[in-house]
Amino acid sequence: MSAAAIELRLALAYPGFALDVDLALPGHGISALFGVSGSGKTTLLRTVAGLEKGATGRVVVGGEVWQDSAKDVFVPTHRRPLGMVFQDAALFPHLSVRANLGFGLTRSGGGADGVARAPVVELLGIGHLLDRRPGTLSGGEQQRVAIARALLAKPRLLLMDEPLAALDEQRKAEFLPWLEKLHDELEIPVLYVSHALHEVARLADHLVLLQDGRAIAAGPLGEVLPRLDLPLSRGEESFVVVAATVGAYDERYALARLDFDGQTLWAPSPPRPTGAAVRVRIQARDVSLATTPQHDSSILNSLSGRIAALDEQPPGRVLARLDVGGAALLARLTKKSLDQLGLAVGHAVHAQIKSVALLD
Amino acid sequence: MSFSAADLTAVGLTLRLAGLTTVLLLLVGTPLAWWLARTRSPAKGAVGAVVALPLVLPPTVLGFYLLVTLGPNGPLGKLTTALGLGTLPFTFPGLVVASVLYSLPFVVQPLTNAFAAIPERMLEAAATLRAGPLDAFFHVAVPLARPGFLTAMVLGFAHTVGEFGVVLMIGGNIPNQTRVISVQIYDHVEALEYAEAHWLAGGMLLFSFLVLLALYTINPPGKRGL
Repeated sequence: MSAAAIELRLALAYPGFALDVDLALPGHGISALFGVSGSGKTTLLRTVAGLEKGATGRVVVGGEVWQDSAKDVFVPTHRRPLGMVFQDAALFPHLSVRANLGFGLTRSGGGADGVARAPVVELLGIGHLLDRRPGTLSGGEQQRVAIARALLAKPRLLLMDEPLAALDEQRKAEFLPWLEKLHDELEIPVLYVSHALHEVARLADHLVLLQDGRAIAAGPLGEVLPRLDLPLSRGEESFVVVAATVGAYDERYALARLDFDGQTLWAPSPPRPTGAAVRVRIQARDVSLATTPQHDSSILNSLSGRIAALDEQPPGRVLARLDVGGAALLARLTKKSLDQLGLAVGHAVHAQIKSVALLD
Repeated sequence: MSFSAADLTAVGLTLRLAGLTTVLLLLVGTPLAWWLARTRSPAKGAVGAVVALPLVLPPTVLGFYLLVTLGPNGPLGKLTTALGLGTLPFTFPGLVVASVLYSLPFVVQPLTNAFAAIPERMLEAAATLRAGPLDAFFHVAVPLARPGFLTAMVLGFAHTVGEFGVVLMIGGNIPNQTRVISVQIYDHVEALEYAEAHWLAGGMLLFSFLVLLALYTINPPGKRGL
């Protein structure tokens, strides 16, 4: 599929709410639809599925037109080759797990006997649940079954509506690794609705920021997160995510060397194989700036780069975007430090990184 | 002393009437209940009220209008005559038609409540799994409404067995045609045959209790779709 394999141009108005988006999303990987409650992310997802009858516009997935209001084309939901995972799993309570899994499989040309042999059943670790009733499963198990059920219907696009929202913190922690595993294996694109940035950081490749029914930003995660013109950069939690590979592992100090864009970072980690791909989260508040290299600091990681942009956030705070090799970092500092060091856009700086988190 | 041949004929006729009526009620009542449960049409209130009318009308009123409508000078009577079916009052088919109308709310209301209790999410999930509307109805909605169907069948059947006023108005009292148990009991009492009346009346009491006991045991209150 081409780079922009999903085309969404949709409008829908309710009293007090209007959705109006024009998006081109990649045909692979996880695209997160992120925003606060009421920003329209779930409505957008439902519109893609054809579940919002009042929506007008155009939906094209992998070259197939699912909706084109200008030409009066509206493919009903059951004829769209999609899979959808709802917040509350929505398993059929009157059917066993096996029959739930077989529901979409048989209707998309598969045989019901294929359930037990399906790789996704093994991938999601639900083989031992097949003869149970959905009501006897934990929330995390239900969501895994719901994902497998959706995937067994051979979708060309998977829609996930906050699949973690109904789970408690511990279940979320147990469930996220399954999603990451899925992310690595899945060949179809995923639209993933979330209002939790830490989920987005761990799972998403592509980020769409929704606000009041409009997409205020869309792009690769590594490009959207460091932007200073978005509400994301206003919060205490501003961070960037860097895709790195494990270059070496130091067993004596239990540190992994992470390489990206010609830069290296050391991060505390359990042993990891060399060459493994990892996501690294660096929070803006953990990055401080110096004009000269610091050799007598306890901070392990220091990268040299250049200030690419500055955003003053009164009262007294500044967020800086740094260009480090090819990667972007965010650093939070006070206006006073900025003035004392005489920093400005284009200046060379040394970024001292107090903490680096491996996401998995 | 036990049941006379005439009593047994009345019992057989009653069971035939109730069985046929229940089948027809499910065929008519299911789509009607589905529509009532899901429509946003402004006609919903009026249709719901018409369906519920037999709950409050005296059976004689319903029977009277049926008699007039289905009689030789009534609009439906003219139609059935033109179709070569003759007129329906004082025949078994006429009784079936009347019973279907009379017991309609006892089938439609539990089904409507059971359908309304199905989360929209279930049908949406079915659609995202390639199930078209009919497919989703039969494989998701109907199984989820099973307690409602059980209640509807039991109440529809039992209520038809227990009807009297409508039968008198439109069925009359013809052996093996329209003389159902309730009419037979009435005849016994009129003739001061209290012992015979006891057998049938007691049997009805026991039957009704057992049916409701079974319903409340299999489908505890709260799950019946009532």
